[in-house]
Amino acid sequence: MIDTNVHLFRYPFRRLFGDDPPELVVQLRKKGVTQAWAGSFEAPFCRDVSGVNDRLAAACREHGAGFLIPFGCVNPKSPDWEEDLRRCHEEHRMPGIRLYPNYHGYSLEDSAFAKLLSLAESRKLIVQIARSIEDIRTQFPLMLVPPASPGPLSKLLPQFPSLKIVLLNGGGWAGEDAPGMKELRNAGNVYWDIAMNEGVGGLDRLVAATSPSRVVFGSHYPFFYLESALLKVQSSDLTPGQVQAVLEGNANSLLKNL
Amino acid sequence: MTVNRRRFVKGMVAGLLAARVSAGAQEPTQLSQRYTRYRIWDAHSHLEALQGTTPLERMEILVRHMDKLGVERLMLSQGFGQYEYHPTPEQVRIENDRVMEAVRHFPDRAYGSLYLSPGDVESSLKEFDRCIRDGPMVMIGELETDIRCNSPALDPLVERAISLNVPILQHTWTVSNGDGPGESTPLDLVELARRHPRGQFICGHTGGNWELGIRAIRETKNICAEIAGSDPTSGFTEMAVRELGAERVVYGSDVGGRSFASQIAKVLGAEISDKEKELILGGNLRRLLQPVLKTKGLPT
Repeated sequence: MIDTNVHLFRYPFRRLFGDDPPELVVQLRKKGVTQAWAGSFEAPFCRDVSGVNDRLAAACREHGAGFLIPFGCVNPKSPDWEEDLRRCHEEHRMPGIRLYPNYHGYSLEDSAFAKLLSLAESRKLIVQIARSIEDIRTQFPLMLVPPASPGPLSKLLPQFPSLKIVLLNGGGWAGEDAPGMKELRNAGNVYWDIAMNEGVGGLDRLVAATSPSRVVFGSHYPFFYLESALLKVQSSDLTPGQVQAVLEGNANSLLKNL
Repeated sequence: MTVNRRRFVKGMVAGLLAARVSAGAQEPTQLSQRYTRYRIWDAHSHLEALQGTTPLERMEILVRHMDKLGVERLMLSQGFGQYEYHPTPEQVRIENDRVMEAVRHFPDRAYGSLYLSPGDVESSLKEFDRCIRDGPMVMIGELETDIRCNSPALDPLVERAISLNVPILQHTWTVSNGDGPGESTPLDLVELARRHPRGQFICGHTGGNWELGIRAIRETKNICAEIAGSDPTSGFTEMAVRELGAERVVYGSDVGGRSFASQIAKVLGAEISDKEKELILGGNLRRLLQPVLKTKGLPT
């Protein structure tokens, strides 16, 4: 089972069980995860993204080599962000990057974002876009961050036909029908995790609306209980083959296509 | 429940056999046992956000998904029609009729919970008598309309509920980006509960911002925290158990807008004991409902 949506380190507004990397690895393994794509909870909040990525890569090596797969952060509104992208790819050997547009203050219409996608495509990096981290209704009141609007992404996609995008936390409360979601569901190179997918039969609807080959297991652990994503799969109407694809096969395909 | 539970276990094992694709994954039997050893009663469910044009059709969907995760029984309330902040007595009546119809088709899988518009006390009392005193419903809630729950207008309703030992599920949220108009908070419920120490109250959603909601109700012992209808944020259940005791924490899902999966995960994924999980997933709710169920001759 490959979990494509995990974060290391501490979330600033809440202590989480598993926010210590060694404990996180123990818990993930205990719950049946065999590989976790890990971002850093420092990334949305720190301006020294280079340092964030260094610490992320080091922690993955130290505590979960071959198990924790680091996905570094790039903030295209930060000076010299292209160097961060290069380091993620060439120095840290990361298979992809994780973006936080809402926390870094840019919309998906921003030209810098389009440039980032272009460079990521040329480097054959997976681009994970975290549409949100936390329901705005429960966020710390002095730092309210609405979810990123995905609409503009659908207009950019034709420019980057070989780019693989994973939309994290995209199927959340009031998110499934947000503007642009329908177009993104039809896009062949956009993948969806299931952490914030909701409703009775929500995963079945997501798979039906996208494709069994473009839905990946992502738990948003340790922010969420991992069992949430697990039970969504286990209570779905998916065929055994589709379950295997969601739990592991689709994520493996993304990595193999790099 | 034996048949349903057997069906659930069978389905779970089949699913996990398919899912066991990697070395190191837990054995199917281990997981299936882990997820099926509790009697799960859900304090908070609706007929909303489901396919189907009749209460029966929607209830069939709910029951099918209940079976998948071993949910034994729902407390079912309003939500079939469009949400109205100020529903008319007729709209309230129609919603309750739909719930009673759904429950009539599945009497072993759901009990009805009464929808009211507390601002209209006279109609609400009549509806209480029709649906609970003289009807099959066993609980009040989710109350979420009309006025904030600290209003004295609720007092006659609470007194009527106390007279029949009926628990009350009150919607509460403390919204970081601004409460909705007239939306009740856990502190509003504390005011109401302190005026009625013999009443039994369930704090729906624990205010959403559960770190605040748990603290708000901590000293008011006749309020239980309910975990439904928010993201499955790690730590919710552990803090509730730590601060309130497991006896004051109640599982609910808020389906159909939410999933059973994400809400049950708040309990199954929590770092608490099996005994505490059993209480939260159903034991506490059955304890709260026992007097009224006994009066009505209904099974727990």
